[in-house]
Amino acid sequence: MPVVSMQVNGQTVRAAVEGRTLLVQFLRETLSLTGTHVGCDTTQCGCCTVHLDGAAVKSCTVLALSCEGAAVTTIEGLASERGLHPMQAAFREHHALQCGFCTPGMVMSALAIVSRCGPDLDQATIRRELEGNLCRCTGYHNIVKAVQAGAAAMKEADRP
Amino acid sequence: MYDFEYRRVGSIAEAQAALAGGSSSKLLAGGMSLLPVLKQRLARYDGIVDLGGIATLRGIHRDNADLVIGAMTTHATVAASALVAQSIPALAALAAGIGDPQVRNRGTLGGSVANADPAADYPAALLALDARIVTQRRVIAAEVFFRGLFETALEPGEIIQAVHFTLPQRAGYAKLRQSASRFALVGVFVTRTHAGVRVAVTGARDSVFRWREAEAALAADFRPAALARLALPSSGLNADIHASAEYRAHCVQIMAQRALAAALEPPS
Ligand SMILES: Cc1cc2nc3c(=O)[nH]c(=O)nc-3n(C[C@H](O)[C@H](O)[C@H](O)COP(=O)(O)OP(=O)(O)OC[C@H]3O[C@@H](n4cnc5c(N)ncnc54)[C@H](O)[C@@H]3O)c2cc1C
Ligand code: FES
Ligand code: FES
Repeated sequence: MPVVSMQVNGQTVRAAVEGRTLLVQFLRETLSLTGTHVGCDTTQCGCCTVHLDGAAVKSCTVLALSCEGAAVTTIEGLASERGLHPMQAAFREHHALQCGFCTPGMVMSALAIVSRCGPDLDQATIRRELEGNLCRCTGYHNIVKAVQAGAAAMKEADRP
Repeated sequence: MYDFEYRRVGSIAEAQAALAGGSSSKLLAGGMSLLPVLKQRLARYDGIVDLGGIATLRGIHRDNADLVIGAMTTHATVAASALVAQSIPALAALAAGIGDPQVRNRGTLGGSVANADPAADYPAALLALDARIVTQRRVIAAEVFFRGLFETALEPGEIIQAVHFTLPQRAGYAKLRQSASRFALVGVFVTRTHAGVRVAVTGARDSVFRWREAEAALAADFRPAALARLALPSSGLNADIHASAEYRAHCVQIMAQRALAAALEPPS
């Protein structure tokens, strides 16, 4: 079997995979990083969103072998000893989840929005930029509030 | 997904060699159309040849009167490019409206063009802008490139390297999104160049096409009023659970007017 190596949450990992192994399978099954979820079979829900070399991608639709040498950040890579990342804290604070299944993807997309559009986000921008993430529970209002608050908190804390 | 042999290539020559191996091999670009098909087991290949390592296939530059975009340039890169915004703003706007941010971060111009989805956005731009598709073997005009449902003029083993767009005097694109898939329920790209007016329609038939009556009307008078009394016949248009042929015909007329309005906007 071919071998792939990449950086995941700052650590170099190396493992044998099949040609068809998807990045999300590699993360969940090989690395046991099960925070990245799979919610659909059609590249639509965004539950599997991770950062690949800094850009938000749907890890259910990227081959693990295509990520040779790349840097991947998953939801597990956000919190530190100091506690939750400000965006994660904002999701909790603003009740931006019910079942929580979509949340890892929402948070990863939210951080990508901040890096693309800056920390001063209006609601229309957030709604447009979150188009690749579906939530079946919340009705989105609190997610939008959380992203706005999380972005502001990141600016305050001067934290990427 | 059925398993396959994965090959990452560093040059067009290597890609060609990998494709020529005898077994059934398929090129992989952003994977946003190919991988969902493989995941559903709607297709099976022995080999997948990943173009992601060929740096020369990425990038955007000006070549005299042309805007040249490499096949592996992502939708996000086109959407954010200052050069595209300055040369053909309608093209940047089109790219910014494809799918969602994650899809735009992976999906590529070459993949979209080669895939020739009947509801894809880029084919309308290529046809309206009289684009040329450059492969390792030849140059193909958009006019003869899109042949039908997921069908193009590409021969087996032929690899798109770049697309050359002629800079228009005016250009605008408008699409009505199919709200679940975000593809075009219908999309219309209007251009005016020194060679004339083109109106290209996607989403309405099995392949992108030119609406000649609208072109003639706009050639005489490049204003929304010229389109007001035109109607695209609904016979032969796509009909599915999302929209009837009559509804699509109506939307083509509306989208043509919106695309024209966008084309007439003063450059910002
Ligand atoms: C949720 C979702 C929403 C989408 N919404 C839209 C939308 O609104 N509008 C739209 O237009 N598209 C949409 N798409 C499709 C998207 O734009 C794809 O990126 C595009 O159709 C294919 O590009 P790709 O780079 O991903 O190609 P791939 O999926 O990797 O390849 C597609 C096909 O092209 C061939 N190919 C790739 N590169 C080359 C090349 N250089 N030379 C020859 N053949 C090549 C491959 O062999 C394959 O057959 C959407 C996709 C998804 C998943
Ligand atoms: S699991 Fe990846 S988009 Fe739904
Ligand atoms: S909280 Fe349940 S899917 Fe979003």
